[in-house]
Amino acid sequence: MSEPLLQLEGVHTHIGAYHILHGVDLEVARGELTVLLGRNGAGKTTTLRTIMGLWRASKGCVRFQGEDITARRTPEIARAGIAYVPENMGIFSDLTVRENMLLAARSAGRAEDMDCERLDWIFGLFPALKRFWQYPAGLLSGGQKQMLAVARAIIEPRHLLLVDEPSKGLAPAIIQNMIAAFRELKQTDTTILLVEQNFNFARQLGDQVAVMDGGRIVHAGTMAALAGDEALQQRLLGLSLASHQ
Amino acid sequence: MSSSTTTVPASGALPTVKLDRLPMLLLPVLALAALPLVGSVSSWVTLTFAGLAMGMIIFIMASGLTLVFGLMDVLNFGHGVFITLGAFLAVTVLGRAAGWTESEHLLLNLAAVVPAMLLAMAVTGALGLVFERVIIRPVYGQPLKQIMITMGGMIVGQELIKAIWGPQALPLPLPASFRGSLLMGEAAVEKYRLIAVALGLGIFAVLFWVLARTKVGLLIRAGVQDREMVESLGYRIRRLFVGVFAAGSALAGLGGVMWGLYQQTVTPEIGAEVNVLLFIVIIIGGLGSVGGCFIGALLLGLVANYVGFLAPKVALFSDILLMVLVLSWRPQGLYPVVKR
Repeated sequence: MSEPLLQLEGVHTHIGAYHILHGVDLEVARGELTVLLGRNGAGKTTTLRTIMGLWRASKGCVRFQGEDITARRTPEIARAGIAYVPENMGIFSDLTVRENMLLAARSAGRAEDMDCERLDWIFGLFPALKRFWQYPAGLLSGGQKQMLAVARAIIEPRHLLLVDEPSKGLAPAIIQNMIAAFRELKQTDTTILLVEQNFNFARQLGDQVAVMDGGRIVHAGTMAALAGDEALQQRLLGLSLASHQ
Repeated sequence: MSSSTTTVPASGALPTVKLDRLPMLLLPVLALAALPLVGSVSSWVTLTFAGLAMGMIIFIMASGLTLVFGLMDVLNFGHGVFITLGAFLAVTVLGRAAGWTESEHLLLNLAAVVPAMLLAMAVTGALGLVFERVIIRPVYGQPLKQIMITMGGMIVGQELIKAIWGPQALPLPLPASFRGSLLMGEAAVEKYRLIAVALGLGIFAVLFWVLARTKVGLLIRAGVQDREMVESLGYRIRRLFVGVFAAGSALAGLGGVMWGLYQQTVTPEIGAEVNVLLFIVIIIGGLGSVGGCFIGALLLGLVANYVGFLAPKVALFSDILLMVLVLSWRPQGLYPVVKR
């Protein structure tokens, strides 16, 4: 495993009276795609939100590129080079696709200032966005909104992408489109931490995998090892890949 | 800025974007419906311009309030104090420049009124920064406390104004060039009302341009929908909110000058009285929507004037009646803002 870009050490998170994360230890290797698996309520989304500073860690430490970012505010964390695609996609529905992208491109004051080459590359990944460029994002389908959410996260180079359940509720054809897009992203050496419940989706993309249960990491290793061990899948996730295909 | 709907596209076809124009149509429909009831075209023209002028001034005062709520869910019941302060600053400035305001020369009148407006905006904008820091910031996310503390802030501000200017009503006469009426056929339309309509339209155009064409405007619109996502993109929403709060306070100060000149008398309660109208307007328009606030303010102005002419007793509650009718039709307001 290469040098970790992101490290969580004994992270606890409380939301009101609820104790959600119970000492999460997680490493995300630079340039790799790490998948965070687990059942509903295991604490996957809370982990991403804690990394982004949207919920504060009550104990423990989040390190990014060696620096402690636990107490930093969300905008500072984003400016440090972390992009976040939330589970609800966070699309500004009253704004056009172009305006959504312009907001994500922090260095661009106007749409004309956006990096054209990078935009063409994104249009290559998600052609629908070019087609609906001037349309209010609220009019897009669920799959197109997910494309926009991912495109927003990569409109400018970021060190780390946090993506929460990108395959949720999408049609199989769109999921294949997403898998192809993430594969291309991996080739650009982008580090990705992906939360998923769709094991088949995760298996096709993941280099590393961490499994959560009850607010803790209960397994960490390579995806290849988990994909090849049905007994481990049964024990950790209550499924086997063979029955999932 | 406004809601839109779409028709389901055929395979491969682009969807058709349709602006929701129904709320905009309410204005001409209301005006045309009032014409036969009023009976006389000249009276109708006079009332329509009076209603539009009143609506424009209310819009200027309410636009900041609706954005402040949209961005941070802050209900600022203290907004009225900026209106009162703006009006009293105008009393002082125009009182000292009485020689210029009484002159028949338009330029001399403007040389008194424009600085009064700018001073009111500067002072209320700066005070808005202090108000946000001292009154609002400690109670973010606590709606009940917000209501209590902002109302308390307004009462304290009102008492301070009484301490400085006295509790009595003060005259705020229109500058000489703004007095009188212009004849449109047989209809007499007050010059100041025309000025108020023009100024209101100008401010709406600037606000619309900023919100639709600048990155700060995009951030405000995005923040109204989902402030958490705006922060996740790397923008400090608190700073944006402070800026919007100060700008909204400055617009309230400007509105106070205009409302004072409209009434030609200023009392320490002027802001508290108009506050009720502002809340009705931003609720009618859809909390957080500037376009909705604009339509709502004009509707309220027109209804107040038509009903005041046709059934003066009903005019006492016509604004509440309007709100009930609009919310019965669209419970989230004319242009509801989709929030997460």
